[in-house]
Amino acid sequence: MLDVEKIRDDFPILSREVNGHPLVYMDNAATTQKPRQVIQALVDYYENFNANVHRGVHTLSMEATDMYEVARNKVAKFINAGDPDTVIWTRNASESLNLVAHSWAKDNIESGDNIVLTPMEHHSNLVPWQELARDKNINIRYIPMDDEGVLDLSTIDSIIDDHTSLVSIVHMSNALGTINPVKELCDLAHSKGAMFLVDGAQSVPHMVIDVKEIDCDFMAFSGHKMMGPTGIGCLYAKKNLLEGMEPFLTGGEMVLEVSYEEASWADLPMKFEAGTPNIGDAIALGAAVDYLENIGMENVDEYERELTSYAMNKFVDVEEEGGKLFGPRNPTQRGGIISFDTPDIHPHDLGTLLDQMGIAVRTGHHCAMPLVRSLGVSATSRASFYVYNTKQEVDILVEGILEAMRYFRDGVR
Amino acid sequence: MFDAQDLYQEIVMDHNRRPRNFGSIADSTSSSEGFNPLCGDQVTVFLKVSDEIVEDVSFEGVGCAISKSSASMMTEGVKGKSVEEALIVFQAFRRMLTTTSDQVEDSEILGDLEILKGVSQYPTRIKCATLSWHTLQAALQGSGSDVSTE
Repeated sequence: MLDVEKIRDDFPILSREVNGHPLVYMDNAATTQKPRQVIQALVDYYENFNANVHRGVHTLSMEATDMYEVARNKVAKFINAGDPDTVIWTRNASESLNLVAHSWAKDNIESGDNIVLTPMEHHSNLVPWQELARDKNINIRYIPMDDEGVLDLSTIDSIIDDHTSLVSIVHMSNALGTINPVKELCDLAHSKGAMFLVDGAQSVPHMVIDVKEIDCDFMAFSGHKMMGPTGIGCLYAKKNLLEGMEPFLTGGEMVLEVSYEEASWADLPMKFEAGTPNIGDAIALGAAVDYLENIGMENVDEYERELTSYAMNKFVDVEEEGGKLFGPRNPTQRGGIISFDTPDIHPHDLGTLLDQMGIAVRTGHHCAMPLVRSLGVSATSRASFYVYNTKQEVDILVEGILEAMRYFRDGVR
Repeated sequence: MFDAQDLYQEIVMDHNRRPRNFGSIADSTSSSEGFNPLCGDQVTVFLKVSDEIVEDVSFEGVGCAISKSSASMMTEGVKGKSVEEALIVFQAFRRMLTTTSDQVEDSEILGDLEILKGVSQYPTRIKCATLSWHTLQAALQGSGSDVSTE
């Protein structure tokens, strides 16, 4: 079993106060906090190794290049990608998804084809496909889901069909916490000749991910949601696909040979990394991977499931006061994201009151406007956990929600 | 325990629970819609203007306590005023929320609306309070165009 107090000691920010109360940080689905080891990796890089990569013959450049590529290796191993060339650095999951939309989908999806999504996609796995559909004659189809936000696969054979060229699915919903059966859907997509993309922004930080086992063709995720810095993300893709794809951005670093008339592209992964990359943040993401590997992703997963089950039980108190929980009731179908609505108090007001108690939650539509609208609300409140959250913090959160609800119901004390 | 009384004063909570002038106006002369994409707040302001006087004003929509009570207090604050006076109140209200100073310059113009001064200490909530006012401005100027906080 992991030692949460020991983990918390590694996160300097967790010991600060907010509005006179110890910080209870539960907005991890938006971004996670960073351990000292990640912050130190950034400092260490800029103090001792800073240089541009892949071009200098001097020592610093060689050392920086080595560290940058070691970080890529770490990430590749973390998701069991095998060949590190199949891991492309991007800014974030959104950029990874846009890369697929521009470099793969534009050339491989034809008029009359369809793309299959779920109703719980983040805007980042929705808008790029809408844009593509606008340019081409492409249909976007949605797999239906039930009232708990679990996909209903009873009609899946008529949704994913021979004209489906891409199935792009969020692994864990950032607005509901639902964990989708990506392996099953990937096999189905492949059986119809479609490609399969996993939006792993919420799953890669919290569970053991094996892209080979899923057999997905693409996976997008962000570094900052897994203890890494902002500004660094990844796209995993099968090598034969990457080799066949045109670059997303062009310019320096990504070329093999350039004349005044034309250019040829560098090998993977550099073909997709135009310009000076985000070296420092890539290296620090490598440190985040080390940190998570050191805890063990099985342990992270197990601990968060226990914490989520505990929270679901605690939330019964909120439900008894009229609160409503969204997402699956079954703890095995969900991750550590609790999205809820409270009667008499709007999420925005609840968020402000909780902030006054030092508790950070997200309120709003969570970049999933159509989904939140389909829940019949204009916004929800969302608490999302990470491995450094504790049961005591869940108690503080639930007490805080109840206090805020009473305050709004019964008037000013 | 928490301290948010400066934001959620009794009168604000009262307007939230029992918003005044809530609903549409059948014979309105203009209306506008406002939307805050950040939080999903949405408001429609209805006006009945005759001889440059705001004879009636109402609102509809969904939103947090700050946006709802601000809209409710706004309708009470501008009803019966001339269009020009209503726009002056709008400017004074916006000034009150966007200046960090504790002093309120336009107390005489603002009247009861000064209660919402506390919102200025919560930068993320200022748009909640001003959404209905921007929507009112659009309706007053007869543009009828939709308003977005972003």
